[in-house]
Amino acid sequence: MATREEITSGLAEILEEVAGVNPDDVAEEKSFTDDLDVDSLSMVEVVVAAEEKFGVKIPDNEVQNLKTVGDAVSYIEANH
Amino acid sequence: MSNVDVVVTGLGATTPLGGDVASTWDAMLAGRSGVGPLTQEWAVQMPVRIAAELAVEPTEVLDRVRLRRLDRSEAIALIAAKQAWTDSGLETAGLDRERLGVSFGSGIGGAQTLLNQDDILEESGPRKVSPHTVPMLMPNGPAAWIGIDFGAQAGVHAMASACATGAEALALGLDMIRSGRADVVIAGGTEAVIHPLPFAGFAAMRAMSTRNDEPEKASRPWDKNRDGFVFGEGAGAVILERAEHARARGARIYARLAGAGITSDGYDIVQPDPECKGGIRAMSRALRDAGLTGADIAHVNAHATSTPAGDMGEIIGIRTAVGAHPVITSTKSMSGHLLGAAGAVESIAAILAIRDSVVPPTINLDDPDDRLDLDVAAHKARPLEIPAALNNSFGFGGHNVALVFTRA
Repeated sequence: MATREEITSGLAEILEEVAGVNPDDVAEEKSFTDDLDVDSLSMVEVVVAAEEKFGVKIPDNEVQNLKTVGDAVSYIEANH
Repeated sequence: MSNVDVVVTGLGATTPLGGDVASTWDAMLAGRSGVGPLTQEWAVQMPVRIAAELAVEPTEVLDRVRLRRLDRSEAIALIAAKQAWTDSGLETAGLDRERLGVSFGSGIGGAQTLLNQDDILEESGPRKVSPHTVPMLMPNGPAAWIGIDFGAQAGVHAMASACATGAEALALGLDMIRSGRADVVIAGGTEAVIHPLPFAGFAAMRAMSTRNDEPEKASRPWDKNRDGFVFGEGAGAVILERAEHARARGARIYARLAGAGITSDGYDIVQPDPECKGGIRAMSRALRDAGLTGADIAHVNAHATSTPAGDMGEIIGIRTAVGAHPVITSTKSMSGHLLGAAGAVESIAAILAIRDSVVPPTINLDDPDDRLDLDVAAHKARPLEIPAALNNSFGFGGHNVALVFTRA
């Protein structure tokens, strides 16, 4: 089981690769859209990469609930 | 003839000869070839193993994350457009973006993306296909991205007329300004499809040179031993501007785009009309549109791609429509054939030929075809006063475009 910190840092790696987000800016309270400037197409890439990295399924109807990095961490923590 | 004067105020290019206009032009005047061996693994099985690849990779210019969302043809279109925009001085001119248009095309479009994503689909399934696939492969992608980067709101158009695309994009840009729709148009063409499928397709047509052992000698327009064109990649961008607008802001003016002629053969999907009838009509129209006669044209940058069938028809055409006097050249002997970008990059060569009073050479013309009865600047650049120059571009499908540039 990965810790919340490990999941956050894994997401930071993906966000850097896909959208050029500085890993130092990635924290649980940050919003993907408003704070990290991740557009809708890049968010799709983040989700697909996160599924692979953490061995989870993130259905499309779940993605709209993942507003912040913390939301994503919680979902991954609960489902992997 | 139009009473609206249109001038060229900015140039940009990334080609097999250089990553910008200055290096490309220097290489042309020096008679350097941009053709080399293909080193990709897939090339081993191809009958043609040479190409004119970009001198400067887009990764050296654009950042990694940006490039993830761009087809190679889009990336290099943006690089060329940005150079032209900076060159024009419009960045700081406070241009009303409702008066800025884009006319930019590609012969084949985002085929690399289409094929690469199809590989991913086959190997890993639909969920792994990039969400950027469609905007990367759509043929209007390069024009649209340029429009977004520079905020163009007067209309964004994407030509697709095979190897006449770049020239047709300039012709449409001219129309946009003359008709009052725009004061400035970013016009040009882009192509980047050095990938096994388009490569195999052109090879299957027996259209490409197989001079694999001497890449730099493979593109040899009008030479007796020519055996096909050399596949190239690149992008060229030209800033077209209403002359009054350019003068009012004190812009540096390279040349006038004085006229354009567009015709179609209505003849064959790949073979040019052997008598160049459509080409002759295009050249004649361009001259009339510019208010000139053939006698005014000192130099022609020819379409001449180095194919056995195509090269000589154009010679008949130039002789008929323009006359026997102009000094002609084919810069494809050095750049290879840039397909949808060819008309734009070769227009830039014609514009700089006017500016610098010099015709760039046709290299490799060692043993001219017996039917070549026009004066070619063979091997070496030729100093020449050029009050007016004509550029020809012809494309699969029977598209013919002639452009006339004059001293400003």
